[in-house]
Amino acid sequence: MDEIVTLNHGSGGRKTHELISKVFAKKFRLPEPLTDSAVLKFTGNKLAFTTDSYVVDPLFFPGGNIGKLAICGTVNDLAVSGARPMYISASFIIEEGFPLKELIAIADSMSGEAVKAGVRIVTGDTKVVGKGKCDRLFITTSGTGILDPEREHISTGSNIRQGDKLIVNGPLGNHSIAVLGARNNLSFSTPVTSDCASLNHLIAGVLEKCSEVHFMRDLTRGGLAAVLNELAGMTGWGIAVDEVSVPVSDPVRGACEMFGFDPLYLANEGKILMVVSSGSDAEVLDIMRADPLGKDSAIIGEIIPDKKNLVVLDTSAGGKRILDMPSGVQLPRIC
Amino acid sequence: MKYIDEYRDKNLIMRLADQIKKSARLDYTFMEVCGGHTAAIHRFGIPSLLPGNIRLISGPGCPVCVTGTDFIDKAVAYSENDDVIITTFGDLMRVPGSVASLEKRRADGADIRIVFSGLDALGIANLNPDKKIIFPGIGFETTAPGTAVTIKTADKGNINNFYLLSAHKTMPPAMEAIVKERVNINGFICPGHVAAVTGSAIFSFIPDKYNIGCVVTGFEPTDILQSILMLVKQVNLDSPEVEIQYKRAVTAEGNVIAQSQLKEVFEPCDANWRGFGMIPSSGLVLRKAYERFNAERAMPVSSMPHEENKLCICGEILRGSKTPEECPLFKKLCSPENPIGACMVSNEGSCNSWYKYRIA
Amino acid sequence: MCLSIPVRIISIEGNMADVSAGGSIFKAGLQMIGNANVGDYILLHAGFAIQKISEEEAEETLKILREIDNALNDIA
Repeated sequence: MDEIVTLNHGSGGRKTHELISKVFAKKFRLPEPLTDSAVLKFTGNKLAFTTDSYVVDPLFFPGGNIGKLAICGTVNDLAVSGARPMYISASFIIEEGFPLKELIAIADSMSGEAVKAGVRIVTGDTKVVGKGKCDRLFITTSGTGILDPEREHISTGSNIRQGDKLIVNGPLGNHSIAVLGARNNLSFSTPVTSDCASLNHLIAGVLEKCSEVHFMRDLTRGGLAAVLNELAGMTGWGIAVDEVSVPVSDPVRGACEMFGFDPLYLANEGKILMVVSSGSDAEVLDIMRADPLGKDSAIIGEIIPDKKNLVVLDTSAGGKRILDMPSGVQLPRIC
Repeated sequence: MKYIDEYRDKNLIMRLADQIKKSARLDYTFMEVCGGHTAAIHRFGIPSLLPGNIRLISGPGCPVCVTGTDFIDKAVAYSENDDVIITTFGDLMRVPGSVASLEKRRADGADIRIVFSGLDALGIANLNPDKKIIFPGIGFETTAPGTAVTIKTADKGNINNFYLLSAHKTMPPAMEAIVKERVNINGFICPGHVAAVTGSAIFSFIPDKYNIGCVVTGFEPTDILQSILMLVKQVNLDSPEVEIQYKRAVTAEGNVIAQSQLKEVFEPCDANWRGFGMIPSSGLVLRKAYERFNAERAMPVSSMPHEENKLCICGEILRGSKTPEECPLFKKLCSPENPIGACMVSNEGSCNSWYKYRIA
Repeated sequence: MCLSIPVRIISIEGNMADVSAGGSIFKAGLQMIGNANVGDYILLHAGFAIQKISEEEAEETLKILREIDNALNDIA
C-alpha cells in the first residue's frame, strides 16, 4: 500500500476503494458488499441519536488518540442520556500527505474501543483535501441506541429534587493536561495521561440497580463548571459544590497552579456527573467504585433550595464564591 | 503539595478568621496592589470570611490592566509585518486595542505565539533567524528581572533578531500616587512576589511618610488572613510599619542577584498608567548598552491617539476609588466574553474577579 | 501574571533546572539564584526561579499560625 494519503484516495475511484476496503472496512469489520446506508434493526420506540466532531491537537497523546476519542465521546453522549449505545458512523476528512501508518493506527484504536464498548461501526465516509486545507485529520462520529422511555428524564434533570447529591467518577482535568503536555511547544511535561474511556458499562451498572439517577452528563469542554451551570440554568435549582471533595491529582494541580487554570473548568474525556437522590448516594458510590473506571468516585456537592440558577463553591479555604460559567478559551482544540 | 497545602488548612483558616473578628473593633479599608492577590482573595472567597467592618479594595496591581491601549496598538502594528513574530504572555492576547486585539490579529493570520518565559521567546528567535521576534514585556519587579536575564542571554548569544517592547513598571511610585490621592486606606497588603525580588524595605516610605501600615503578604488563604490580622493590630495600636508575613520567601533586602540583573539592563523612566496618567520614574527602559534590543528604537511605530470608552471607569477602579459594581458597563455591556476595559480581560483584573466570583 | 508557585528542583544542568509542581515538570532558569541544589524549593515565575523558599521560615510561620488560640485576646 502507499505510504501517504493523496487526493487520489479521495477521488471516488480505485484508490478510494483501496483505502476504504484495506483500512476502514477491514478494521471496522464492515460487512461486504459495502452499501450507501447501513440498515439497522431496533426494538422499542425511542432512539437516542448524537453526533460529534473531533479536532484534537495533537492527534496522538498519552492515553489515546483522536480515533479513540471519537468512539468514546459519542458512546458516552448516548450513555449519559440513559440510552444503550449500539451503532456508530465515522467520517474522516484527511489532509493530503497524511501518513497511512497513522491512519491505520487510528482506525485500529477505533475498532478496539468499539469492541470494548460493545458497539458496532456500521457506516462512514472519507474525504481527502489538499495540503493546508485541514489540519491533518478531522473525524466526525454519530451514534444511536435504544432509549428506555423511563429514562428520558435523565437528560433534562426534570426529576431532580432538593438534597440530591452530585457524584463524579474520578479525578478531573487529566485529559486537558495530558494533551497540553503532548503539544511540545512549552517547556512542560507531565506524567498525566488522558482519561479517555467509554463509560457505558459503568453507567449501565448503576442504572440497572438504581432507579434514582436524576441527571447525567459527561464533563467535556468547559469541564464540571460548564455542566453545573448548564444544569442550574436548565432546571432553576441552586447547586452547592465542595471544592475539597472534588478529586484532582497532584500533577494536574501543579500544572493548573502554574498555568493559572482551574481544574473545574478543564475538559475530560472519561468523566461524568451523576445527580442521584440522597437516599441512593451511598449505593451508587459503591457500584461505581467497584468499576475500574469509577474507583475514585466521590460525592462533590448537592442540590440546594436557595441561590437559584447559581453554582456556589465552598472553597478549599472555607470561603464561599460563585463558580461561574467558563468564558474565553482555556485550551483550544482539546477534543 | 508542599508549601501550598499547609497554608490552606481549614482549621488554621477558621481560627484566623475568628481572631480577626474578635480584634476588628474599628472600620478598616485595606488595599492590595497585586493582581495575584486580587485573584487569590476572590478565588478563595476571603471576603466571605471577614466581618463587615473590614473592606478589601484593589489597586493598580494588575500589569495588564495598568498598561495603556497604545501598548497593544504598537504590538498590533508590529504584527502587521510579515517578517515579525510576536511572542507574548497569554494575558495580553485578549486585551482590546484601538482597532484590534492580538487574538484577533492571530485569527487574521498574524504570527503571534504564546510563551511562558522570555527564554522561550529567545528559542523562537533562534529557530527563525529571518524573522524579527518581538517580546512585549509587561509585569512589575517580579517579572522584569527575568526579562533582564533574557536580554543578557540574547546579548551573550549575539542574537540580533530579538526585540523587547517594554511596558515594565515598578510598584512603589504607583503606591505613592495612590496615597497622595488620599484614597481612604488604613493599610496595604503588599505584593509578596515583588518583595521576594526587591526586599520589603522598598515600602518603608509608606509608614514613614504617610503613616499607613504595610504587611508583605503571601498568596495562600492563611497568608492573606494572617496579614489582615497583622494590619488590624497595626491600626488598633496606631503603629504603622512594614512587616513581613511572607517570611518563607521575603527578606528586608530581597534577591540581590535579581536586583543587580535588573539594574544592569534597565533604568527608570516615566511611564503611563491607566487611571493615573504619567507617573515619573515608574517605568523601566533598556539602558544604552542594550538599546539595540529596544523594539521601538529599532522599528519605530506610531500609535494613533485613542479614545477610551467614555463610560468605562477602569481608571477609577485601578485607583481604588470605585468598585466594579459602580461601573455602568459592568455585567451589562462588559463581561469576560466581551470585555470593554482591561480590568475585565485579565484574570487578575478587579472586574474579572468580581464578575466571576462574587456571590450575587 | 504574578503567578508564581513553590516548586521542587529535581535536576540541574548548567543554569537551567527541571522543577516539579506536584509531579508536572517545568523548566526554570536559575540565573537569579546563588546556590541552588536538587531538592530545594524555589518560586517559579515566568520561567525563572526568583527566590528560594526558606524551610525554617516556613515552619516558623506555621508554628505561629497553630498557636493562634481563640482564648487569647492580646489586642487592646
